[in-house]
Amino acid sequence: MRLDNIQMSVANRQGPAVRAIPSVNNKITARDVNVYYATKRALKDINLDIEENRVTALIGPSGCGKSTFLRCLNRMNDTIDICRIEGQIQLDSVDIYAKAIDTVQLRARVGMVFQKPNPFPKSIYDNIAYGPRIHGLAQRGAEMDEVVRSSLERAGLWGEVKDRLKEPGTGLSGGQQQRLCIARAIAVSPEVILMDEPCSALDPIATAHIEELIDELRASYTIVIVTHNMQQAARVSQKTAFFHLGEMVECNDTEEIFTNPRDERTQGYITGRYG
Amino acid sequence: MTDLAQETVLRRSVYKSEAFEAQLRRRYRAERRFQLAGIASIAFAAVMLVVLLTTIVLNGYTAFWQSRFDVEVFFDPEAITPSGSREPAVLSAGDYPALVREALLAELPEATGRDGRRAVMEMVSSAAAYRLRDMVLAHPELIGTRLKVSLLASDNTDQFVKGHIPRAVSEDKRKVSDRQVEWIDRLTARGVLASHFSLDVLTQSNSRQPEQAGMWGAVIGSVMTMLVTLGMAVPIGVAAAVYLEEFAPKNRWTDIIEVNINNLAAVPSIVFGLLGLSMFLDFFGMPRSSALVGGVVLALMTLPTIIIASRAALKAVPPSIREAALGIGASPLQVVIHHVLPLAAPGVLTGTILGLARALGETAPLLLIGMVAFIVDVPGSLSDPSTVLPVQIFMWADSPERGWIERTSAAIMLLLAFLIVMNAVAVYLRKRFERRW
Repeated sequence: MRLDNIQMSVANRQGPAVRAIPSVNNKITARDVNVYYATKRALKDINLDIEENRVTALIGPSGCGKSTFLRCLNRMNDTIDICRIEGQIQLDSVDIYAKAIDTVQLRARVGMVFQKPNPFPKSIYDNIAYGPRIHGLAQRGAEMDEVVRSSLERAGLWGEVKDRLKEPGTGLSGGQQQRLCIARAIAVSPEVILMDEPCSALDPIATAHIEELIDELRASYTIVIVTHNMQQAARVSQKTAFFHLGEMVECNDTEEIFTNPRDERTQGYITGRYG
Repeated sequence: MTDLAQETVLRRSVYKSEAFEAQLRRRYRAERRFQLAGIASIAFAAVMLVVLLTTIVLNGYTAFWQSRFDVEVFFDPEAITPSGSREPAVLSAGDYPALVREALLAELPEATGRDGRRAVMEMVSSAAAYRLRDMVLAHPELIGTRLKVSLLASDNTDQFVKGHIPRAVSEDKRKVSDRQVEWIDRLTARGVLASHFSLDVLTQSNSRQPEQAGMWGAVIGSVMTMLVTLGMAVPIGVAAAVYLEEFAPKNRWTDIIEVNINNLAAVPSIVFGLLGLSMFLDFFGMPRSSALVGGVVLALMTLPTIIIASRAALKAVPPSIREAALGIGASPLQVVIHHVLPLAAPGVLTGTILGLARALGETAPLLLIGMVAFIVDVPGSLSDPSTVLPVQIFMWADSPERGWIERTSAAIMLLLAFLIVMNAVAVYLRKRFERRW
């Protein structure tokens, strides 16, 4: 019953626009990635290609390693002392774990949106302007105002906050805060945006807002989204990877995964037998 | 279903049983006992505080009143400058006690002979003669004229006027003789001797004579010492806390450092004094008794407190803020300076001010580095010999004359006022910074 629903939502979403995307480049390639927390092996030999200008959804039951994998892509796991990463992850064919790679630069290119909206306890304007300011992307004044405006517009938040840019970002509603965080990520002009369950703390209306936004952003960014919600994966993504117990079980076109899963574990998960 | 219904009935009967109600009553009694114990302890603490403060204020407020003789002084040229010269060196060598004596004897003509004159002079402070000398040096034209001058009474006279020396005991047990009592009564009745409000106890520097002693030197010494402590302990403490909390790898070395910082916070303060004595005075040869060395020693003592409080404040900043900043490409230092530290500021400030408040009231380590010396001059620089308020209190409390009691209490009042102001500032800053959320 649940699978039917998902299939229907996949069918509803399908339009000529999706089909029209030509053969695409791989923006990120992961080869034999292993991650250890102290001695515990959290990811096992992950091989995954993430295509440019597409939304890739990572799904799987809790503790399967999908967030861990996501956080490898912008080296956020570096901040965890006991975490060790093996294997190779390439962004535009350059190994992001090479010595010469600067994490500051990498994270500017690979932005991130977190599970819980986490705006800075500063004004809405400063939330957006912070990234461009530290990277020197825009001059103070009119140029910065323009960056803030366009970022908020792309995140679909401009109309709601344009009269209160000086008010604290923490005063917005949960859904608005999450769009503020997306606008903040966009403001530094990343190539890839990683989203770690961006809607799990939001109500259905706010979730719908964010999903629409993700679909619009796909044109300019490569998006990787971790989600627990399979309908959401079906609605927003073109590619889906299913993770289970630290392994990447299956990765395919979203449509294919939900209508014709090859692995029985995938089928078990999307039909709701476990997870 | 019937099982479930039976169970519900059974459970309901349990909640209505005698035994259950008895247990319920016991629980409420235990709660009431706990609340009573809490109220009793707060009441006890409040009563103790009130007793302490009342004692200090009752003992201390009289220090702001001083007895003075308002008498007409004849600036006798014979006594001041027998040679007639107006050179400052000559003028300052004049016999000013004689002027004081003549002025008082004019009010008390029956005091004759050597004994009488000495008894009269015992009633007036030695500061009176210095006052006349300073007046003459400033205005030599006073010589040869008569002027109404207010002369400071001696400690014993002052204490008798304030009622601190009992009248009812026999003469040999009293610091004021029967004859002097009679004079004091007469001069008081005539309005010559009277108590006046005076801030001398705050604005004068220290003295051997209680009626002349003030705490301005100690106040300045305390302020300078605190500035050194603040300037040294805060940057080092906050930097150490930030490094340990945000940057340092977690390994055996940082564990050892952490344990030792916690141990240092528990080290008796006098040990820091010994450290200051052997390190700063003997080894580095820094100036003895100076606010500089005192401040450095107190900074060392305060550092663990500031580090521990700052680390706790940094730990309390939600990790999501760090991730947010890292996620858009801020460097670790930018994360700390732009986001984490501003959010931790209220906690850091509170820890700092609590540490400083402790340092302000600290005596023991300063005794060892020589800040207990008797210093009359108000310190003019960090390397000048100076003393601080708590050491001043310690020295005054140790002196025998009756006048020191009220001055000690007055100094305690000032120290408490300082501490209250500092805590108020801490509360204000906390509130102010917390509004950023």
